[in-house]
Amino acid sequence: MDRREFFKTSGALVVSFSLPAMEALAQGADKPALVPDELDSWIAVLPDGRVHAFFGKMDMGQGLDVAVAQIVAEELDVGFDKVAVLMGDTATSCNQGGASGSTGTSNGARLLRKAAAEARRVLVDRAAEKLGAPAAQLRVEDGTVVGPNGKATYADLVGGRYFHHKVEWNQHVGNPMDIKVPAKPKAPADYKVVGKPLPRRDVAWKVYGTGEFITDVRVPGMLHARVIRPPRAACSVRAVNEASIKGIPGARVVREKDFVAVVAPREWDAVRAARQLKVDWHYDAEAFPPMDKLHDHIRAAKVVKREEAVKRGDVDAALKMAAVRVVEAEYEWPFQSHASMGPACAIADVKAQSCTIWTGSQKPHYTRDGVAKLLGMPPDKVHGIWVPGPGSYGRNDAGDAALDAAFISRAVGKPVRVQGMRADGTAWDPKAPASVHRGRAALDASGKVIAYDFMSKGFSRQQIATNESDPADSLLGQALGMTPKGNQIFGSPEESYGFENKRLAWETIPPLVQGCSPLRTSHFRDPVGPEIHFASEQFIDELAHGAGEDPVAFRLRYLTNPRHQAVVKAAAEKAGWSSLGKGKGIAFADRNGTAVAVVAEVEVDRASGRVFAKRFTVAHDCGLIINPLILRQTIEGNVVQGLSRTLYEEVRFQPDGVESVDWASYPILEMPDAPQAIEIVLIDRPEIAPSGAGEPTIRVIPAAVANAFFSATGVRLRRAPLSPERVKAALAKA
Amino acid sequence: MAKYRFTVDGKPAAVDAQPDMPLLYALRDDLGLRNPHFGCGLAQCGACTVHVDGEAMRSCVLPVSAVAGKSVTTIAGLGTPEKPHPLQAAYVAEGVPQCGYCINGWLMTAAAVLKKNPKASDAELRDGLAGLKCRCGTHVAILRAIKRAQTELA
Repeated sequence: MDRREFFKTSGALVVSFSLPAMEALAQGADKPALVPDELDSWIAVLPDGRVHAFFGKMDMGQGLDVAVAQIVAEELDVGFDKVAVLMGDTATSCNQGGASGSTGTSNGARLLRKAAAEARRVLVDRAAEKLGAPAAQLRVEDGTVVGPNGKATYADLVGGRYFHHKVEWNQHVGNPMDIKVPAKPKAPADYKVVGKPLPRRDVAWKVYGTGEFITDVRVPGMLHARVIRPPRAACSVRAVNEASIKGIPGARVVREKDFVAVVAPREWDAVRAARQLKVDWHYDAEAFPPMDKLHDHIRAAKVVKREEAVKRGDVDAALKMAAVRVVEAEYEWPFQSHASMGPACAIADVKAQSCTIWTGSQKPHYTRDGVAKLLGMPPDKVHGIWVPGPGSYGRNDAGDAALDAAFISRAVGKPVRVQGMRADGTAWDPKAPASVHRGRAALDASGKVIAYDFMSKGFSRQQIATNESDPADSLLGQALGMTPKGNQIFGSPEESYGFENKRLAWETIPPLVQGCSPLRTSHFRDPVGPEIHFASEQFIDELAHGAGEDPVAFRLRYLTNPRHQAVVKAAAEKAGWSSLGKGKGIAFADRNGTAVAVVAEVEVDRASGRVFAKRFTVAHDCGLIINPLILRQTIEGNVVQGLSRTLYEEVRFQPDGVESVDWASYPILEMPDAPQAIEIVLIDRPEIAPSGAGEPTIRVIPAAVANAFFSATGVRLRRAPLSPERVKAALAKA
Repeated sequence: MAKYRFTVDGKPAAVDAQPDMPLLYALRDDLGLRNPHFGCGLAQCGACTVHVDGEAMRSCVLPVSAVAGKSVTTIAGLGTPEKPHPLQAAYVAEGVPQCGYCINGWLMTAAAVLKKNPKASDAELRDGLAGLKCRCGTHVAILRAIKRAQTELA
């Protein structure tokens, strides 16, 4: 079996330079345009009865494509193994927003579900005509329409041809894209494929090394490029000494304004040239405050935008009432890096009138748009092809790499492969913002919470946009003198604590510098979720402690949403909360309708400052469960990545630059510190539409660990990460 | 520039390179292999791990001159879908990788650990795998898979 055949039979994404999705379909003049209101843009039946579903969102290794295949198989009544999901090729899929906000099933698969149901309806109608029987007398068995007088297969009815059938598009592009169809999707009670623990399709090729990552794409005649990022923020280029790379075979410089790159035919030569090239950088002032003054800077900074997500009763008056006890606390969160497993890579082949861009970006349609804008081409002249990259949990460095590759390819007139060095992925990716969070609450004499005030203040989470559709939002664009549009936005806790006087607010502050900055912000897995709930769910614990109440009982007393209560109860029961000794902590949060609670159990080594989180118990309710096996794997990844961000991760910087440039200066969790057990309780609610699982669990991990630390030591750690040095310092003071 | 000869996954290979060029660039750029991966270039993550004469080595810092005459094995040479290494079969059964970019390190290092110590305890496995990175957080699944392979090897 060759690789291509292997891909086909395994149903995995087909990576190739042709358009494999449509290979078996007639490529005639009757091919409908790739627009959301054509059924053919979503579903194709091949001559042999296999089905292709064209998905405009992306799986990043959490099995979303499998869930989509299950849903399409379910609604079409064909076998799961017959359905291949093709993602990330702008020539075969509409822009459903790429990977974004855990909306893969809630928004992305919702549309495919309707498209598949409509395809089934159309096929049954056509079969009714062919078989001379009313549609009501027909049923579908694995892609065959069966009636009283005969059968017709999907392959007979439309295999290898187009539906030419219109659906009603809501005119939205990206996450909210949706369609309306006459067909009625199945009731959950009738599901046979949805809900099954089917395995992922991208595991074998990764384990056997037989597939392609973005870094493996090669185009004939391509040059290797490395981009020279500045040594610090807000730099300009005075001069580039091209003679400094003389002697490296074929190496040359590409420079425009403050953008500098090198290219060479051999990759190692490009790396050597990047190391050797002498660039005279210019900068004026210190870019950043001293790192230990970062949170003071945030507290003192002027407010650009303020919003109050919840405003109930009169919080200020209640806080001033006589005979109340005011509990107050402040929490601090650092800048964090995506630090994907490998620095980003992209390959661009820019021709006079067109461009092909291979990218690991989780939003390849937006990559296409950004490249088109950069090159001054209509978007339909740019073909964006996603190939699995080295991990993606938001807007990491992939978007920058794609624009860099297109720019350099145009400059040298050849296909160009750009790959970063480690520092490009750690020091120069867009960061999750640093922030300060303040809780204030008043307890009456009985311990009842009568006022609750929670405020987050920090850098906006979108100093650059969450996708690369505008070059101004990229490092390249900034080096060429463009100014990012950005957006002022933070966020508030998502919960249902029914305190009668309650205010949840946020404030954003200006960026530290204008111009290229390694501390510019954009979205990183569960944008501001871990930050906010590290604070808010510790503060709830502090209130429980102040009220002399058990943290689980306290939460159950105030949570008003029964689904929220249910996850707290389920996590506590499964963990054996009431029988656990010291070192246990709970945290809870909602995320766009997904409720999750987690119990953490930790051991603290006072001598070394090591916090070992040995066991987590998660209760998770995301509505209807499409695939419990993949859901569990996704939750596990959230727990461990969340634990890493809680215990270790902090972007280090000096006034003249970022010091976190690799894994030594930006450590993450390693195997000796992995939990011994992650127990998961899945609450399935078939009557409720799925609300997403890619991110909710990560937001409760930091507070659960910090609450468990308090339970173990009696000391509150209100500053993340809970690194050994910080733990030792806090315990020494206590 | 000099010519270096070695074997990769059992097949003879020859590369013209500067002696200090890391093996990784020979494997990927000169020989056109898809594995292993560049993760850091600093021997800090393991994404580039291969076996050199059976020992797990980080090819991103190992000079190509150091493998002359030696036998290099990548994950594609560790086993195949038809004839998997027990660890590969176990990683598939447990659905270990998410993005999968780190998997060379976790497979090749674990294979070397188990070769020396087939009955490695949980603590020995954790120690033996220290220094590897996985950003998706699949550590717990990795341990499950290795223990599954140990059971099958026992």
